[in-house]
Amino acid sequence: MSRQELISPEGLRVDGRRANELRRISCRASVLNSADGSAYYEQGNTKVLVAVYGPREPRNRSLAQQDHATINVEFNIAPFSTSERRKRSKGDKRLLEISSFVKQTFEGAIQTAIYPRSQIDIYIHLLQHDGGTLETCINAATLALVDAGISMMDYVCACTAGFIDETPILDLNFVEESSIEVPNLTVAIMPRNGNIALLQMESKLHSSKLEDVMELAVEGCKHIHRKLDQAVLVAAKDLADKLSN
Amino acid sequence: MDVDMESQDTRDIASRIVTPGSVITNDTAFMRGHGTFAERTTIYSSVAGAVERINKLVSVRPLKQRYSGEIGDIIVGRITEVASKRWRVDVNSRQDGILLLSSINLPGGIQRRKSESDELQMRTFFAEGDLVFAEVQSYFADGALSLHTRSLQYGKLRNGTFVTVFPQLVPRSRSHFHTLPCGVDIVLGVNGYIWVSKHVPASKVEENSELIYSDKNEFISDDERETIARIANCIHLLNRLYVKITDTSIIFAYEASLTHAVKDLLTREIAIDLAHNVKTRLEQQS
Repeated sequence: MSRQELISPEGLRVDGRRANELRRISCRASVLNSADGSAYYEQGNTKVLVAVYGPREPRNRSLAQQDHATINVEFNIAPFSTSERRKRSKGDKRLLEISSFVKQTFEGAIQTAIYPRSQIDIYIHLLQHDGGTLETCINAATLALVDAGISMMDYVCACTAGFIDETPILDLNFVEESSIEVPNLTVAIMPRNGNIALLQMESKLHSSKLEDVMELAVEGCKHIHRKLDQAVLVAAKDLADKLSN
Repeated sequence: MDVDMESQDTRDIASRIVTPGSVITNDTAFMRGHGTFAERTTIYSSVAGAVERINKLVSVRPLKQRYSGEIGDIIVGRITEVASKRWRVDVNSRQDGILLLSSINLPGGIQRRKSESDELQMRTFFAEGDLVFAEVQSYFADGALSLHTRSLQYGKLRNGTFVTVFPQLVPRSRSHFHTLPCGVDIVLGVNGYIWVSKHVPASKVEENSELIYSDKNEFISDDERETIARIANCIHLLNRLYVKITDTSIIFAYEASLTHAVKDLLTREIAIDLAHNVKTRLEQQS
């Protein structure tokens, strides 16, 4: 089987980006009326919608924690999100894995101690899938949580990076991600102090290369942070204007 | 002390929009309030909102947040559970509020002891799903709100319709119960729950204390129903525009809406038109 060329001799990737380029990001907060906070987030062709409810009375009182809030994440992939239409069951292990990653990531970022005996629900819907599911989920959830007015230590920004032909590449798309030869590293950081909230890789990468790939991913996270911050400011200024009138 | 420096600093800190993780001040003289956290000597914001400063206390008020109760707030809640000697009430907050059997007015004698039979027939006062008009009495140790309905104006709500809005749009004011000139009563809960109902004179309830816990609606004519629906839609409209919801703004919206049918009020074009109208009138007033 001939191997698909992921980086052309000119240094361009399959979708025409350079190695260190992110996909186009567009995002908006407060898109749903009924949710406490919500966000729509696009990174290239990956599109996610997140709704945050809470902090609210726990649905199941036995889950309530005396000294901090419980975070509940539900992740759902729309059947029409991929080129092959497929309906996934709620118990799909892949979905559960991603939701538990998102949950763990935010447990470190949200100040849960100020919301005792309550529950924060994060519902994530993947509307279109083109690689980087986890990173887009985390970025979109951050935006929705900020929109809900939930106290957080910082934004959590995530980005992926890989390694092709001796070059680290940023923000893998679906084609790059599904190639077996490309390692896929997801990093989530809290940009203020650079703390790492999540680090995930399921493939092999030579340890001497890890540092370069990480560095690139962290750069990507910082860029995403600026984008998210802008979106939050736009939403906040909009509300502040309306309220002052 | 340099007064000019101080005022400069004040202007710098207050009325500024910040986002989570951004530095508010490095000055150790300030104390951190809600919506902020401190790391070493720096105070950071933990929410997106406007910075507020009262003397040495800095806090950030988020532009959108669930209701957080304060003692004395007048709220509307929905009973979610009947427990022993208490009701749990959904108050749009981070936990359910609690209404103790001992903090309601029982029918009959105004001051009488709660007996065992009252405990057994708690559902005849409030059952699951009922809406109550109550006041925040105190907090429990875990931050849950304790409510009371110890006044004839509080109690069960009936004869109307329920509207939810953003809690920060309902300002705390002297009165939260209004009778509008169009013959409709509104209860503006500070927690963002609003009750719009047919006007019932207060004297009628005072005469017959059994009415406080009645589940039966009175006769509501078609005209009255339409007015209630119109007011409810006007409130939805104000909520969508993010305009403060007070009796004045509701009356303005109602008057502007009279040229349209109730069912059309929330369609896009009419909503924009009305919004403009209400905003200009509110600006003229202020």
